[in-house]
Order: sequence, then structure tokens, then C-alpha cells
Amino acid sequence: MKKVYVNEDWCLACHLCEYYCAAANSGAPNMIKAFAGGKKPIPRIKVEEGSGISFAVQCRHCDEPLCVKGCITGALSVKDGVISCDESRCVGCYTCVMSCPYGCIVISEDSKVIQKCDLCVKNNNGDPACVKGCPNKAIVLEER
Amino acid sequence: MLEKEGQIRIPSGCAISGFISRDGKRICGDRIVKSISYMHDRSNGLGGGFAGYGIYPEYKEQYAFHIFYDSNDARVETERFLDRHFDVVNLSRIPTRKHPNITNEPLIWRYFLTPLPTKLASSQLDEREFVAQCVININDRIHGSYVFSSGKNMGVFKAVGFPEDVGEFYRLDEYAGYAWTAHGRYPTNTPGWWGGAHPFALLDYTIVHNGEISSYDANRRYIEMYGYKCNLLTDTEVITYIFDFLNRKQKLSFEDIAKIIAAPFWTEIDSGKYSESEKKKLKYFRNVFSSLLVTGPFSIILGFDGGLMALNDRLKLRSMVAAEKDDMVYLASEECAIRAICPDADKVWSPRGGEPIIVTLNDK
Amino acid sequence: MALNYYQPLFEVIRDKERCIKCQACARQCANLVHSYDEELDVMVSDPTECVDCQRCVSICPTRALKITDNPNTFRRNSNWSMQIMTEVYKQADSGGVLLSAMGNPKEYPVYWDKILLNASQVTNPPIDPLREPMETKVFLGKKPRNVKFNKDGTVNTDISPTLELSTPIMFSAMSYGSISKNAHESLARAATELGIYYNTGEGGLHRDFYKYGPNTIVQVASGRFGVFKDYLETGAAVEIKMGQGAKPGIGGHLPGAKILEDISKTRMIPMGADAISPAPHHDIYSIEDLRQLVYSLKEATCYKKPIIVKIAAVHNVAAIASGIARSGADIIAIDGYRGGTGAAPTRIRDNVGIPIELALASVDQRLRDEGIRNEVSVVVAGSVRSSADVVKAIALGADAVYIGTAALLALGCHLCRSCQTGKCNWGIATQRPDLVKRLNPEIGYKRLVNLVHAWDHEIKEMMGGMGINSIEALRGNRLMLRGIGLTEKELEVLGIQHAGQ
Repeated sequence: MKKVYVNEDWCLACHLCEYYCAAANSGAPNMIKAFAGGKKPIPRIKVEEGSGISFAVQCRHCDEPLCVKGCITGALSVKDGVISCDESRCVGCYTCVMSCPYGCIVISEDSKVIQKCDLCVKNNNGDPACVKGCPNKAIVLEER
Repeated sequence: MLEKEGQIRIPSGCAISGFISRDGKRICGDRIVKSISYMHDRSNGLGGGFAGYGIYPEYKEQYAFHIFYDSNDARVETERFLDRHFDVVNLSRIPTRKHPNITNEPLIWRYFLTPLPTKLASSQLDEREFVAQCVININDRIHGSYVFSSGKNMGVFKAVGFPEDVGEFYRLDEYAGYAWTAHGRYPTNTPGWWGGAHPFALLDYTIVHNGEISSYDANRRYIEMYGYKCNLLTDTEVITYIFDFLNRKQKLSFEDIAKIIAAPFWTEIDSGKYSESEKKKLKYFRNVFSSLLVTGPFSIILGFDGGLMALNDRLKLRSMVAAEKDDMVYLASEECAIRAICPDADKVWSPRGGEPIIVTLNDK
Repeated sequence: MALNYYQPLFEVIRDKERCIKCQACARQCANLVHSYDEELDVMVSDPTECVDCQRCVSICPTRALKITDNPNTFRRNSNWSMQIMTEVYKQADSGGVLLSAMGNPKEYPVYWDKILLNASQVTNPPIDPLREPMETKVFLGKKPRNVKFNKDGTVNTDISPTLELSTPIMFSAMSYGSISKNAHESLARAATELGIYYNTGEGGLHRDFYKYGPNTIVQVASGRFGVFKDYLETGAAVEIKMGQGAKPGIGGHLPGAKILEDISKTRMIPMGADAISPAPHHDIYSIEDLRQLVYSLKEATCYKKPIIVKIAAVHNVAAIASGIARSGADIIAIDGYRGGTGAAPTRIRDNVGIPIELALASVDQRLRDEGIRNEVSVVVAGSVRSSADVVKAIALGADAVYIGTAALLALGCHLCRSCQTGKCNWGIATQRPDLVKRLNPEIGYKRLVNLVHAWDHEIKEMMGGMGINSIEALRGNRLMLRGIGLTEKELEVLGIQHAGQ
């Protein structure tokens, strides 16, 4: 299946992927509204940088996902290779946050549930927002 | 005042016709007049003309110059030039017949000439080049004088008028030749200058042409590098010079010349239908003689000593029909012009764009 | 300094309603114009160093930014413009030569825009390139004077070395050093995919790009940077750079700060040393010397590669071109005064040289008058901005064009004309690794390919309108051109008639 891959050679550390991600999953119709009034929606992708290198990290959609294994309510599940969270079943125990080796599961703004990258399958974005928004094709959606 | 040919480029449509007897039988000039008259509507009375080959057997070793003069002064000056360069074997007015539709005729003279051996030797040119340069000199430098035919055993007859009237005027029924071509002109804007009528000729090369070439200035500026002067600004003039340059000077065959001026498209060259050596040659021609590619619509009949050649532009944007009957080959803009003089042809066909038809005398 | 004699050229306008404080602008501006004040939670800007490169405007996800001219004015004066006054202040400050980059931006006439094309009506049919074959392939190189025949009577098809172009457009000389490795890679890959050529400029050829050799023109300039056996053998053609349109009469200048490890290796000069190429080639003080270099390079490449001689368009360009045509060169490249550069003294860029349109017209005519037009192909450069400019150049007599600025625009350049600072925010004219990576060649080469494909199609459409189905029938076909608003003298030099004639 196609997954999101990152090439650090072309990552500019502009952090725009974070903003496109946050806006796409905020439910707001556009980016301005998503951030209006000082709102800070939390992205599911994060640019790591240091010593001249930068790259974006988000859920790898592992073949043997520790997060799914550790989920105590069955809120996390794998469907067609995509790991997503059913927020109505999440109780906010954060087991997955602790078990993810990539640190890709984050806590939602209201701290009640977790949120994670689901390749934008649940929003109306089409291709993942981080891929579409990257100005330098450092983030790609590919079959590898 | 309207500008004449040479001061302005005048687009024109046309009718062309021609035939040849491969056996070299001499055919009366009234046949070609009849043929072209059937395409009356393709001309508008502003130019008509003919070229006949094999019409001067008694002077076949001499260059036959046909010259228009605007005045006697021009004639005197030209004849002085001719005397300096040639042995004038014979000279006379070209016999004409008064015709109500042919007016404003210039003085029309004919000379049979042999280059003076001393002049020729000192010029260090070959004979045909010497003659060609003399023609270009007269046309370029002597005001009111225009050589419109200069080959051996052939002649051009042209005027302002419908071609059938021009044929009557020049009494073509009194000439006979193994090949004839004809032209009826439809210029869009011209005061009607006799020199601007077609065929256009240099030495034994004559061209009748129907079309308007879009490559004109590219062709003209190339050919002028080689000593030609395109004074008339007509397509026919530049095409004639291209043939003269490629055939007489570069010694390329007429088959090869067709591959230069109506070169096959690259897609065709690369299509696999040609042998490797032929492909190499086609590529060489398109590289070396790229400026002699002629684009835009044209259909031409080239007359030369011993043959005729017909060629269409590579997209075939102008009509051209060919027919065969016994030893005769006919070429014309429209089939009617052939049927008029050969109602029972063995074969009638439309040559493809860029595909030359080359017919030569059997004993040549 | 306590007194600011001159003010920033630009002003940053930020729409606070739209700004989401994502800080992309701050992260992307190498001139440090934008910054985020964490304490106040606001984006702030200092336009002092702004060059109006438009990078921040382009990357802003909410289109919250605009860069405009600074409305501050000096007292108006038709003679002493604000720009001239500012330049005086700058020189009084620094005591230095003014430097700038890219082509001459002054309001001299653009002759391309005063020439109109023809189209067929009635007497001759226009041709539709979508329905009929239409050809733009060209060959560059010397043509034989006469056809030679083999002993068996067939045509001898041997010919001088030739460049074959799928369309009459090539990428101009831009050195590795003046532009980034990623920019070079984009040009090289695009040239390869398009079946055309790019040009190394005088900075040598990076080892990684030897594989693009068949589509590379290698340049030999007065500094001889990076010239050695492998380099000459790798290129499809060798170009001797005698001059450049942006700075006729002077050599190149790449500051030591840009000579990093890779560039030092490629140019074969020490790291950190200024790469200053001399104004002349010190082995060419006259035309006969040029002939010797042409033949030295032919010897070095076993007569297998065409030799190009590139000159700037200057007053006696026609006579110079005629000399070059007789020097054994296969191709002459002429660069007009609008041609771009990575760095040039402002006064030279803005005041030396002549328009390429006039230079081309007079060179082509002169070579024809002398009957030597087929001895050389003519390539023109120096602001060919669109396919219409290409068509006009070909009709005036060029065999092909070089595009430099247009190619850089395709890669993102916004003509801020600050290449000399080395802080190109688009990753083109810089060697700073964090900036270089902003130009992903994967994107860059595709944009170049798109541009040339688009132009090629437009060329075909214009040719079709004229009833021409192959580019060679357009070359030198000046009857297809008419001038508009030109004087008799200008028309005479261009060799064209006025519209309506």
C-alpha cells in the first residue's frame, strides 16, 4: 500500500506540513479559520530538526503495530494497512503514546483522547495534507 | 501608383500544364494552348506563358535569348552588351499576331548567341555559368531590358493576358517541340508587367508554378549568397534558382533535389521505410540544405533540356494530376486540361506530396 | 551608523487577519526580514535587507504577505532619480564598485516587442500543428560549401561535427558556483530529456554530471577553470567564452565565500580563494589567436566536437562575427546586453553592449553578404523571454537561442537581482547547503521540461499560422516580420518592413 515517506535531503524545516496537517484535521473549512482566535490545533506530524538535518515524522503504519497491540479498548485498529483510532472508544489511557517507538501518537487539545495520522482518510482532503502541502516534495505518498 | 513585380511581393494562384513526348516527337504548340485554355477560371488575365523544348532545331547549338525591351535605348544598350560577350548568330523580332486582349506590348526580340571564346576563356567560367551571369547582369543592370529566356533549343513566350490569348499572340501554332509547359496566372494585385508572367527561366531551366510558398524569404536570402539576384520577388524565380543551384552547380540529380525542396518529414525518415544509407543521405540533405526546404503550397513543373519534372509540396496543398498515354506524359493542375488534349489516357493519377515525377527523353 | 541616508527599497505588508504565525516566512528568509516575537506572540519584520525575492510570499500558506515598494520618497527630480541618489549614498558609504546581478533592467527599447509576425489568409493555408506534422528539429554546425560525391557517384554524407536539437532552444552558460548543484542537475536532466543542450559555464563540470555529457556544452573561459582532458572529452561541444552580454569587456567573479569543497574541486582552484577570470583570454589578443585556440580545442577533441565561440553583442559585432566565422568556429553565440549574470558591476551591466535583436540582424546579414553564413550556425542569447521571441529570433536569422533567465524563472527565480549576495532564497544562486536544498531537481527539471515543451508547441502554432511546417523555412525569413513604431534606421538594421507595408 501507499505510505507517506520523507526524504530529509529535501526537507526545508519550514514546518508547513504540521500546519497543513493540523488544519486538515481540525474540521475547519480553511487554514485561517482553523487557527483563528489564537487556536492551536495539534498536528499529527512533527518536524524533527537539529545539526543541519530536518525531517518530518508521522505514523509509520507498522506491519506489527505496538500501539494496536497495547490498546486496552480496541480503539486502535488496522484497516487496509491504515492504523486509525476510533475516538468514541478511546478512554485516554495513553498506553499507545508510551508504546509508539516513533513518538507519533499525540494527545488531543482537550486531553481526553489520542490522535494520530490516518493518511487523511477520515477528512475530505484526498491525498494526505502534508504531502500536498510540502513545497519541496520532501514528503511523498508512494508504494515502496 | 501600383508597384510592379520586383518592387513588391505579389501572392498569386495559378493554373499549370505540361506534356512531353518521350520519343522526342515534335508536337505543335497549339496543343498546349488548348490544354491550358480549359483552366480559364484559374487565371484572371494578368499573366500567361509557355515554354517549348526542341523548338529551335536549326539553332540548337546556340543560346536563344528572348528579351523584353521597354525602349529602343534599352535595346541598343543591351545589344552592345551582347556584342561584347557573344557572337550573335541571328537576331530578329519575335513574330507576333495582333490580339485584341493583348495590349501594351514591349519590344520583344530574339537572339541566337554563342559566347565569344576569348571572353569565355578570360572569365575562367564554364560556358553555362558565363551565360547565366550575363543574363543576371542584363536583368540587374540594364534598365528597361529583361531577358526572359536563355536556353538552347528552347524558348519561353509570355505576356500579360489569358494564356490562350498569349498563345495566339505569339503564334505558337507555328512552333513544334518535344515538350511544352504552360502557365495561367491569378495574381491578387499587379499592374501586369510582362516580365512578371511565367514561366520563369534561367538557361534551359523553366518553372511554371502554382502556389504561394511560405519559405520564400528564407529561400531567397540563402540563394542570394550564391550570386543569384531575386529581382522579381516571385516564388517561381527563387525556385528556378534553387534548381539551377542544386542541379547545375551542386550536380545533384532531380530525384535528390526533390528530397531537398520537398524533404520527407522526420517521422517518415525515421519510420524504417528507408535503407540506412538513404536515411543518412536524407538527414544530410535536411542539415546541409535546410534553407532550401520549400514550405507552403506549391505545384511546379520544371522544364529542362531533355525532360520535365513535376513536384508538389510535401503536404500536397495544391492540386496536380498526371497521365500517361503511349510515349506521352501529361501533367496539369486539373484533369480537364489533360482530357482536353488526351481524352483516352492509359493511366491518370495524382502524385503524392513531395513525390517527384521525372520524365526524360528516351535517348537522353 | 546613526544616520540612514537611504531607506529600504521595500516594505513588508502582513495581513494580521490572515497570518496564522506559522513562521514559515521567518524560517525561509535568508535575509532575516521576518521573525517571531515569542513574548508578544506576533510576527514582526524588518525590511532593511528585503530584496523582494517573493519567497515568503510564495510559501505563506494563507497568502498573508505582500512585498511592495517603500512609499517613502526623496523629493522628486527627473534628473536625480531616487535610485541614482541612493547609489551615490551607497558609494559614499562603502567606497566600492556597485554590484548587481541578472540582466540590464533599464528602460531601453525591447525590439522583440516592436516586431509583429505574419499569418496566412486565403492565398496560402495556415497549418494546424495538432492535425499536420510540424517540425522544429535543427542542426548546429558548419555546412559543406559543395556536395562531394563518392567514387561510385553517390553523395558523400560526411559532415563537420554537428549538434542536433529537438527544438531550437538551449540552456545558457551558468556556472556551477554561480548557481547551485541542484540548479545544474535540473538543467542537465531537462536538457537530456528534451534532446537539447545545457552549458556548464566557466565553472567546470561536477563529477556527478558527467553522465549527462551527450547533452552538455562545456565552456572554456578566460580563467580556464575546471578545464582538463576529461572535461573536454565529455561535452558534446566546446564553447569558448570571449564575452558575456551582461558584462562585455570583463571577466567573471566568484567570491571566495562561494568556493566550497565541491566547487573548489570542480574548478580546480583552492577553497576560499576568489575565482576571478581575466577580462581577455591572455592567449587571445586578436582574431588570429582565436583561430589557434579553436584549432587547439579541435585537436584536443580529435575534430569530433563543434566549437562554439560566444561573444557579447557590442558595436562592431557584425565584423567580429565575420572574423569568428573565418576562424574555424562551427557556431557563434551572441549574447545581448539584457543577458543575465550572477554578478556584474552595475555600471557595466546597465550601460555596455547593444540589443540582441539588432546584433542578430546585422550579424546574419553581414555573414550572408560575405557568403559565409553556412560556415557557422548562429545562436542568440540575452533575453529571449517567450516562444514569440524565439520565433522572431529565428525569422531574423538565428539557428537557435540560448535561454538563461527564463530557465531560472522556471526554477523559481523572481528576478530580485541579488545573486551576488549568495543568499538566494530559491536555492538557485547560492551555495549555502540549507538554501541549496530548497531546489529539488526532481521538481526543477520537470518545470524546465514543461517550459520548453510549452514553447515548442507555441512555436509550432505560430509557424503553422504562417503556413510554415518546418523551422528551417522560418530561419532568416524576415518577410514574416514587420516592425511597429520603429524608425527607418531601425527597420534598415533589422532588415524588415514596417507594419502596413
